Amino acid sequence: MTDMTDMTVNTRHVPNRLNSRAYRILRSWEALLLAVAVGIFVLNSFASPYFLNAWNLSDATYNFTEKGMIAFAMALLIISGEIDLSVASIIALASTAMGLAVQYGAGTPELVVIGLSVGLLCGAFNAIFVTVLGLPSIVVTIGTMSLFRGISYIILGDGAYRGYPDSFAWFGQGYIYWVFTAEIALFAVIAVIYGVVLHKTNFGRAVYAIGNNPTGALFSGIRVQRVKFILFLLTGLMSGVAAICLTSRLGSTRPSIATGMELEVVTMVVLGGISILGGSGSIPGVVIAAFVMGLVTFGLGLLNVPGIVMSIFIGLLLIGVIALPRIWTILAAKRSST
Amino acid sequence: MMTRHIPVRETILGAAILVLMALISTRFAGFVTPKNLANVFNDTAPLIILALGQMVVILTRCIDLSMAANLALTGMVVAMLNVAMPGLPIPIIIAVAILLGALMGAINGLLVWKLAIPPIVVTLGTMTIFRGIIFLISDGKWVNAHEMSKAFTGFPRAAFLGLPVLSWIAILTVIVFGVMMSRTALGRSIFAVGGNPHAAIYTGINVGKTQFLAFTLSGALAGLTGYLWVARYAVAYVDIAGGFELEVVAACVIGGISIAGGVGSVGGAVLGALFLGVVKNALPVVNISPFWQLAISGSAILIAVAFNARAGQTKGRIILKSAEGSV
Repeated sequence: MTDMTDMTVNTRHVPNRLNSRAYRILRSWEALLLAVAVGIFVLNSFASPYFLNAWNLSDATYNFTEKGMIAFAMALLIISGEIDLSVASIIALASTAMGLAVQYGAGTPELVVIGLSVGLLCGAFNAIFVTVLGLPSIVVTIGTMSLFRGISYIILGDGAYRGYPDSFAWFGQGYIYWVFTAEIALFAVIAVIYGVVLHKTNFGRAVYAIGNNPTGALFSGIRVQRVKFILFLLTGLMSGVAAICLTSRLGSTRPSIATGMELEVVTMVVLGGISILGGSGSIPGVVIAAFVMGLVTFGLGLLNVPGIVMSIFIGLLLIGVIALPRIWTILAAKRSST
Repeated sequence: MMTRHIPVRETILGAAILVLMALISTRFAGFVTPKNLANVFNDTAPLIILALGQMVVILTRCIDLSMAANLALTGMVVAMLNVAMPGLPIPIIIAVAILLGALMGAINGLLVWKLAIPPIVVTLGTMTIFRGIIFLISDGKWVNAHEMSKAFTGFPRAAFLGLPVLSWIAILTVIVFGVMMSRTALGRSIFAVGGNPHAAIYTGINVGKTQFLAFTLSGALAGLTGYLWVARYAVAYVDIAGGFELEVVAACVIGGISIAGGVGSVGGAVLGALFLGVVKNALPVVNISPFWQLAISGSAILIAVAFNARAGQTKGRIILKSAEGSV
């Protein structure tokens, strides 16, 4: 008898995140976020007469497309319990490599290959430190963040690369149909791919499993280090894609390109309901978060709010969306206990 | 077992700094004269002070990315205070800087303690908020040297027993933190919280409150450095010390402070900061373009963390530890 009761007590204490209350709250997270997005959209259209214009809105998508592409890969990485703070520096290095290639007469196809390869190589470099040497990813990527951008500075100094071929401009400035830019199309395709990979494949299940319990995942036959290696490669690859888009859009490369973007990408991912502790979150959440950030930036821009003040809103948004539900829970618990 | 590793690690880092200085002196002998070394120390003083604050936070398994923004905001506030009231004595200015910094650190700490928001999210958010507030209060304008009073800008440079006051403040902070970490209940509980939070709870330590105090301490040091920074460079604007938060984390990591918490020492943080300071000051002297600095400090972080991990725990323990943390 006593053994039996002991066992029930023990099983009750085994944490099961998938069926916990937190998971159910997270399921409505996307709904909450969507309401915020719609609210901002409506507020913006009342606040400025220039907001509801297809071409303006099309321009506004550039506020989030490049960051969003990286955010999808980053989402998977954060779900698995790791993080990559070097993404903006990978953009700088990939962009510098492309700029260097242009000086030797590379055409658009070569540039794309170079951009993607540098992204993959940087991702592999991070992955080796984290998965093979077993080092904490936050420290490794703070290191490579300085290293990758540092190499750009060594190559470029205070100079800049220009003279990209005309056909290269399509990625960042082209339209595929009416107001739909090449970047937003790419963003949508990448979103669908990552959504399917995370939510419909074994690989996606493995990512969640690793984030929830790496030891358990290892014992259930998941090759934890290999999955993490692939996730770092993907984050590097997406940074390469973003580098191509950003370089094509700006038409020039400086070593300071995309400075601080890593924090905006992480903000986007966390805003999208991905737990920074790993193990939960969804791709649709990240998509909505990308739109929310884009709309806030664009709407405030139309109202002539300076960029730095917008960052206050982004910061408040980041803390607020996490803090408010928790304050609500605490207040509700207090009320029910009294 | 852990305590046995720490002195070894510090000795190696100290030796690395000495080798580095020896190499530099072969190219440029003047670098190792006492006068120049005092200059290098003075130049590194703000980084040392900030690294000590960051160390306390990292030891409790948190991270404070808002330190540089806190520094910049406090610096702007005291600079504007000085412009508005030039007669205000320096001790009051310093008190305001420390209190304001501590207040901002306490906000971080409260969000981590009471709402259990992950520290990286909290400080990422407050980092951008603090920077934004500088713009709001200053309207994007600079406070320049000629607007500040002589006493305000002169204080960190004033010589005392052959060293500037700035260096003395750094030395004093190192001593205070050395005593605090090894001789007080707070210091021990900071180690306990980072080493094993579950065990800390059972020994009667309030984990959240300890983290809150760690953030308040790091905020107070960021505030103090805010005044020193603005007074030393005699200018305050929105972007001062931009990106410096990562250099502070780098100093801690190079100094052997484990990002997983619980492992590290005051000596390590100081040596980590000095290493970066020596590199930064040596590059122009040995005719290497300053553009190399970023890549060098990045490589130093990677080498340091790889080295520290190999000297530290076995792989099996790391897996179990991270599994325990994620439950």
